[in-house]
Amino acid sequence: MLRETDRDFKFDWITIILFLLLVGFGWLNIVSASHVGEIDSYFDITKLYGKHLVFIGLSTLLIVLILSLEAKFYERFATIIYIIAMLSLVGLFIFGKNVNGQLAWYGVGSMTIQPSEFAKFATALAIAKYMSDLQTNMKTLGDQIKAAGLILLPSILILLQNDTGSTLVYASFFFVFYREGLQKVYLTIAISAILLAVISLKFGILITAGSAAFVIFISYFFRRKKRAAFWKPIVLLLVCVGFSYGVELFYENSLQTHQRNRISLWLRLEKDPAKLEQMKKEEAYNLIQSEQAISSGGLSGKGFMEGTRTTGKFVPEQHTDYIFSTVGEEWGFLGSAIVIILFMALIIRVLVLAESQKSTFSRVYGYGVASILFVHFTINIGMVMGLIPTIGIPLPFFSYGGSGLWGFTILLFIFVKLDSNKINEW
Amino acid sequence: MRKLLLFITVITVGLLFIARLFYLQIYTENTDALYEDNAIRKVYDYPKRGYVYDRNGKLLVANQPSYDVMVIPREVMPLDTLEFCALLKITKDYFIETFNKANHYSPRLPSPFVPQLSKQDYAALQEKMRKFEGFYIQKRSIRDYQTSIGANVLGDLGEVNQRTIENKPYYNLGDLIGKQGIELSYEEVLRGVKGIKFIQKDRFNKNIGPYKEGIYDTLPKPGKDITITIDAELQKYGELLMTNKHGGIVAIEPSTGEILAMVTAPSYNPNLLVGRQRNKNFSKLFLDKRLKPTFDRGLQAQYPPGSPFKVMNALIGLQEGVIDTNDTYPCRMGYYYGSQKLTGCHSHPSPLAMNGGISQSCNAYFVNVYRRIIDKYKDPGKGMNVWANHAKSFGLGNFLNNDLAVGQPGRIPDGDYYDRAYGDNRWGSTYIVSNAIGQGEVETTPIQLANMVAAIGNRGYYFTPHIIKNIEGSEIDSTFTKPKYTTIDKQHFEPVVQGMFDVYNEGTATSLRIPGIDICGKTGTAENFMKIDSVKTQLTDHSIFVAFAPKDNPKIAIAVFVENGYWGSRFAGRIASLMIEKHINGNITRTDMEDWILTHSLEDEYLKPYSGEPFKINRETTLKVVPNVKDHPVDHFALEFETNQPLN
Repeated sequence: MLRETDRDFKFDWITIILFLLLVGFGWLNIVSASHVGEIDSYFDITKLYGKHLVFIGLSTLLIVLILSLEAKFYERFATIIYIIAMLSLVGLFIFGKNVNGQLAWYGVGSMTIQPSEFAKFATALAIAKYMSDLQTNMKTLGDQIKAAGLILLPSILILLQNDTGSTLVYASFFFVFYREGLQKVYLTIAISAILLAVISLKFGILITAGSAAFVIFISYFFRRKKRAAFWKPIVLLLVCVGFSYGVELFYENSLQTHQRNRISLWLRLEKDPAKLEQMKKEEAYNLIQSEQAISSGGLSGKGFMEGTRTTGKFVPEQHTDYIFSTVGEEWGFLGSAIVIILFMALIIRVLVLAESQKSTFSRVYGYGVASILFVHFTINIGMVMGLIPTIGIPLPFFSYGGSGLWGFTILLFIFVKLDSNKINEW
Repeated sequence: MRKLLLFITVITVGLLFIARLFYLQIYTENTDALYEDNAIRKVYDYPKRGYVYDRNGKLLVANQPSYDVMVIPREVMPLDTLEFCALLKITKDYFIETFNKANHYSPRLPSPFVPQLSKQDYAALQEKMRKFEGFYIQKRSIRDYQTSIGANVLGDLGEVNQRTIENKPYYNLGDLIGKQGIELSYEEVLRGVKGIKFIQKDRFNKNIGPYKEGIYDTLPKPGKDITITIDAELQKYGELLMTNKHGGIVAIEPSTGEILAMVTAPSYNPNLLVGRQRNKNFSKLFLDKRLKPTFDRGLQAQYPPGSPFKVMNALIGLQEGVIDTNDTYPCRMGYYYGSQKLTGCHSHPSPLAMNGGISQSCNAYFVNVYRRIIDKYKDPGKGMNVWANHAKSFGLGNFLNNDLAVGQPGRIPDGDYYDRAYGDNRWGSTYIVSNAIGQGEVETTPIQLANMVAAIGNRGYYFTPHIIKNIEGSEIDSTFTKPKYTTIDKQHFEPVVQGMFDVYNEGTATSLRIPGIDICGKTGTAENFMKIDSVKTQLTDHSIFVAFAPKDNPKIAIAVFVENGYWGSRFAGRIASLMIEKHINGNITRTDMEDWILTHSLEDEYLKPYSGEPFKINRETTLKVVPNVKDHPVDHFALEFETNQPLN
């Protein structure tokens, strides 16, 4: 039996300190990005930074609540939490509020709540529950399909609400499945598909087919068992060409114009100068502004609340999705690199803790937490620095907004609770 | 291996990000340094400023090009100043003074040297500019007013000052920014975002093409066109009616809170504040302390509201349950407290119930109502606070928080106010009876009064009065589309509305009826004083009128304030009546009433306090008759302005 005093200190303080650093530094940047003129009081709740401070305060309450519940609660109620989260997504079609073309919010008085932020941890719990079942074997196709179903349900619901960014987050569970036994061939297929898609868009079908043929036949001739059927590589090549053609068709016909333009900008596909100029005004506007803001930060930045582009509100959405541009401008290379290292440290810490769990449920959930944080981190910062196409998705713990902050806080602290309980699990 | 996949990916992505940061922030040149580089010419490309339309789609404000000669002092090379001054038509003193000023501001940043060239000067200069290193011509667009009305509504553009530049780094010296009116309150919408081109120069100051193929260039984003709620026809008519009078008119559409007309008099032609004459003319207008043309009397002037405020006391009395619509109170040509006469009154039938109280505007009736409200509570401070909260729920006593560039809070006194004035609990309801009849400490602006009648017309709610109707491609602020409810229950409005209706039927405004339209209104006459040589002197009363029409589902709520116009229905009532007819029927049938307004001037009245001689007021004054201002327009400000014809 543990005494009360021991219980208090068995939470993983490294994770908690990393979390506090990120949230605190995030708030400073929200102050910079959202203030207009002199600041009378940081607690002025008519201002965005004041509101966010309230969100942070409320998330502290959430943390206390999460940590005070029994660890077993989360495993026992995982299914119910998942069902409630899915119902809240379905409910959006009836009661949801349309903001900027996305049907992703509930309006409560003057506040809005975005249920997709809460669906993430619910899905992570459900996946952990399903995979910790002794009967589940991720090497069998049937169980793979069932697990995929748990993820596809929220992704499709969110996609129907036109929130493409949040949908992509569910791809992060691939890492979880792979860790829990998904065959290597899936990893090969995933990487090949991404490569093929990028190559076909950038260089066209002919070059794609050529390079696919080259790789396939090389690997065929150099494999150890030479008795494999000769038609197999040919079929594989046909599949590749078909896929490449499909990608082009999809790009030309099924994407919305702004999505097509974002990809076109990323891969530098547009050659017509008139259209490029047009894009500079529209799809590329945010990107150019954010890259220039980051770039103008230099080595050590312009200083807190001193960023000229931040103050001038050059970057649209700079307090939400583009908050990292403020970090770049005001804190420079040193500050931005520290933020990136803090995120890496948090994700790796969660990963290490996950591996040390004794129960499968805790391990899978921890892995889910790390994967979700990682995908958010990669897409958001990659987008703000122009490394990947523009996809609207918040930076965990940094971006302004109550739903996002609470979603990530719950996600992380359920794991902190599960981790603290590993001693009791035999 | 399975355990390592995510671990390795995280490390790879993190390192990739740090590498990218290194590339952006340390390897690539800092784009801000470009602004410092004198081998690179910075050319700003100013976008089209948004047009302004009235509620019927009539274009009010458009643009015209204008050319400024700019200077970057540290890049200036020795030049033939004589030739340069001759070209620009400036004196050598001007050259030296302006150059030193620009150099003092910043040697490396552009400052305007000769603003707003004429078309001919620009054509002559364009070819020769290259000879004068450090000087260049900046094209901008300035406003082109399509109308001569609404100067207070439309506002104007002026050069941004250094204080603003410090707070808003977007602006550079020489940029134009909204200074008044909607140009100020919708600056960011109308402005758009300017673009910049970096151009590589050679050592002969010639352009040799875009710097780095233009990767740092940005394109201008055009400003958005806006539609305002003003009806230009009604505004024009209001300004015509107010000629030779001082005061304001504010007309609101009660069902939406849209401001239909917002007149201040005297006003000026907005074209006075365009072009090279702008600063000179603005100083003259601004410094005219008698006419105060830049002071928007409809929004900023805080006057005691006078009798229109009585309806507020009627509403509060009913809500607090201290009176009944049938209770009657006597009036002995005033209200007596013991043998002391607290307020006077005029002759009318007595005693009166609520309906007669409102339509006959009986002072004694409302002093009774008011004292019952305050004395409902043991502590007059508490009664006063309850009363003040009701009044404030009509948007009085505080800023309206709308989208107008200027405004004033007015004043609704509460218990604390009198505790400070008289000492804690050393006062009672008899001290402050002036509030009952809208005199004393209560002050309102015309727009607040118009909003108050709009709330009465709506029977209990109002929409914050606003001027924006539509912004190209985006919605207007939701605070303007949500109704704000007053603290008075709906059923209490009907008797008060009936009283205001009877003001026209049998009360103080019977002569102002419009055939076919049911109007509800209230006259007002407010005493006022001015300090002349530090002696408090009474001037002729202000003429006040508030109204809404039609009685059910009103289309217009209006407040008219005519300074020193004497009694309510004399000037303000007539003007309100004509404005309502114009708005609802579109034409005026009562031309004799219109002629009366257009041929009577109060100018003599306004000159009296400045004459230095003793003068007479109220019933001892006579009105000056002038030729009909429709045929003989009056120009109060003999200022010159260039006719700004668009350049081809």
